[in-house]
Amino acid sequence: MLSIKNLSATVADKPILKGLTLEVPAGEVHAIMGPNGAGKSTLSYVLTGREGYVVTQGSATLDGEDLLALAPDERAARGVFLSFQYPLEIPGVPGLTFIRTALNAQRKARGEAEVSAPEFLKRAREVAGSLKIDFEMLKRPLNVGFSGGEKKRMEIFQMAMLSPRFLILDETDSGLDIDALKIVAEGVNALRGPDRAMLVITHYQRLLDYIKPDKVHVLAGGRIAATGGPELAHELEAHGYDRWVA
Amino acid sequence: MAAVKETVRQVEALEAYEHGFVTDIATEFAPKGLNADIVRFISAKKGEPEWMLEWRLAAFERWQAMEEPDWANVSFPKIDYQDAYYYAAPVEKEGPKSLDEIDPELLAVYAKLGIPLKEQEVLLGVQGAPKYAVDAVFDSVSVVTTFKKELAAVGVIFCSMSEAIREHGDLVRQYLGSVVPTSDNYFACLNSAVFSDGSFVYVPKGVRCPMELSTYFRINAAQSGQFERTLIIAEDEAYVSYLEGCTAPMRDENQMHAAVVELVALTDAEIKYSTVQNWYPGDADGKGGIYNFVTKRADCRGDRSKVSWTQVETGSAITWKYPSCVLRGDGSSGEFYSIAVTNGRQQADTGTKMIHLGRDTKSRIISKGISAGHSSNTYRGLVSTNQKAANARNFTQCDSLLIGKDCAAHTVPYIEARNGSAHFEHEATTTRLSEDQLFYAMQRGLSREDAVALLVNGFVREVLQELPMEFAVEAQKLVAISLEGSVG
Repeated sequence: MLSIKNLSATVADKPILKGLTLEVPAGEVHAIMGPNGAGKSTLSYVLTGREGYVVTQGSATLDGEDLLALAPDERAARGVFLSFQYPLEIPGVPGLTFIRTALNAQRKARGEAEVSAPEFLKRAREVAGSLKIDFEMLKRPLNVGFSGGEKKRMEIFQMAMLSPRFLILDETDSGLDIDALKIVAEGVNALRGPDRAMLVITHYQRLLDYIKPDKVHVLAGGRIAATGGPELAHELEAHGYDRWVA
Repeated sequence: MAAVKETVRQVEALEAYEHGFVTDIATEFAPKGLNADIVRFISAKKGEPEWMLEWRLAAFERWQAMEEPDWANVSFPKIDYQDAYYYAAPVEKEGPKSLDEIDPELLAVYAKLGIPLKEQEVLLGVQGAPKYAVDAVFDSVSVVTTFKKELAAVGVIFCSMSEAIREHGDLVRQYLGSVVPTSDNYFACLNSAVFSDGSFVYVPKGVRCPMELSTYFRINAAQSGQFERTLIIAEDEAYVSYLEGCTAPMRDENQMHAAVVELVALTDAEIKYSTVQNWYPGDADGKGGIYNFVTKRADCRGDRSKVSWTQVETGSAITWKYPSCVLRGDGSSGEFYSIAVTNGRQQADTGTKMIHLGRDTKSRIISKGISAGHSSNTYRGLVSTNQKAANARNFTQCDSLLIGKDCAAHTVPYIEARNGSAHFEHEATTTRLSEDQLFYAMQRGLSREDAVALLVNGFVREVLQELPMEFAVEAQKLVAISLEGSVG
């Protein structure tokens, strides 16, 4: 699925990623943990093509296709989804309108037919129900005036509606209380499957109690400093990142 | 590389003006230039009564003594008023009785513009779809008005201004110039002298006009100006909703459009007036385009009368336009909803005036300005009360959105409260289209252009909601097309 080789990237000429290598096979969930400033969010933006995040060497491919050569919307159409750490407010655009526009844009790019309004609404109701999102909220401008937790839930809602193949969750647990965290985790777990892969970026081990990773990587100093099983997350929780921070 | 990209973008922006075609139609012109004889020529061509000619000549005399205004935040080379045609009409034009008598070429033009002139086509639409009566004005004259019979059955008069002057002279004489006097301003005065056609609407007492009325204005002939005059009268308890749309071919020279629109709302009457203005804006370097110098005013003459202006302004090289409400009747109210989009080298100075004269009058102003490219977009608005206008209320909201680094947005509100009980609120914001929001939308699968269109549509949504549904969809597309190529 995702294959990153020797990837380096700068932000405002400052090197952030320094030769990062990572493989996430289909069907697996990998967690990326690390101290602040290690480059966790930079990795998510490089993979999704945000302007200002400049790749200086290395490669990133999705099922063999060069991701880095594609525009952000082309990557989205290939099934790359980022759940933002800080979701944006979109004034005047109801959530349903936003997601339907995005879904149809993706489908068009893939040469698929648009989703009809009734079909879309039916699915939206189901997904909203499972995530305990009030359907009325989806008619309001996306994220405008929403609490941190509501915004995160809307990210998972969008994710479920777009059904991407490669999912990146950037600090999805921040701003969530324990009940909300459980609901979000259930939503994420429902998307696990043999054809999908996930990269779960988190600062704390807490989220990984609910979204069980197959592998845990420590991102420090711009590269993967250690890789292990779920037990590595517990170890980090107990001892911190000191070992990897120079 | 950047230059190549810029060029491609400019070409795309040009191609975006899809109404830029010229139609080869036999056209009759008045001699070039402007003098009293031209005024007489126009009046005679239209078979007008003597009083109308006198009115025009008086206006022309006043106009000669007036100065072109220079207070607006726009700049353009001096206009040579003698170097233009003041009357251009498709020939064989002696008032067609029905669609069958119209030059098929003309019908083709309107079909190309997507205007439902053919009633049957409208009727064949989805069951329960609203009907639209259309008055089409081609260069200087009205070529066809549809649905007249159905409207006449309920007493509504909807016809060209020329016809109204001939057939409903008393009504025209009573109201023409009563809202915008001939001497009101330079361009209104010019219009009063040389106006060639426009629409006339009269809704009798207690009648709710059974369909949307609309007029499409099209400038086709070269070097000609369009000076239309529209007059809408809603008697006591009457209601009418009216929409105008405008397009013009792409030409290198500037063409003038100086219209006057007068609305009269009597006791408990309501008029909703919507405009979708898409005159040719000129090319990316500012060559050509329409000078849109328009005076629009509503007189809320009766108690509890209501007038609502909604405008979507995307075209014209220069826009100088302030649809206003004189809130004369007690308890009357005025609304102004505006979307003004400028791109390339366009300049817009637009807004409204809400003049509170009666007691307990209310007004509401929502203005959304979007500037892109090297354009300049100014909101200019006046809210005033006189001493007698107790309990006047106004709410004004002016939002500006900037796209790119080379455009400008200005907000110039004037507030004059001469009565202590007035309650005026003014809110204004200026924001730049955020790269963060764009990236967020693109990450979800939208192309950059589509992301801009979606965000801009969100920005203007409050105003789009005020338009009749079918036109709101058109306007939404128009806004997106106008901004194509504005982001790199």
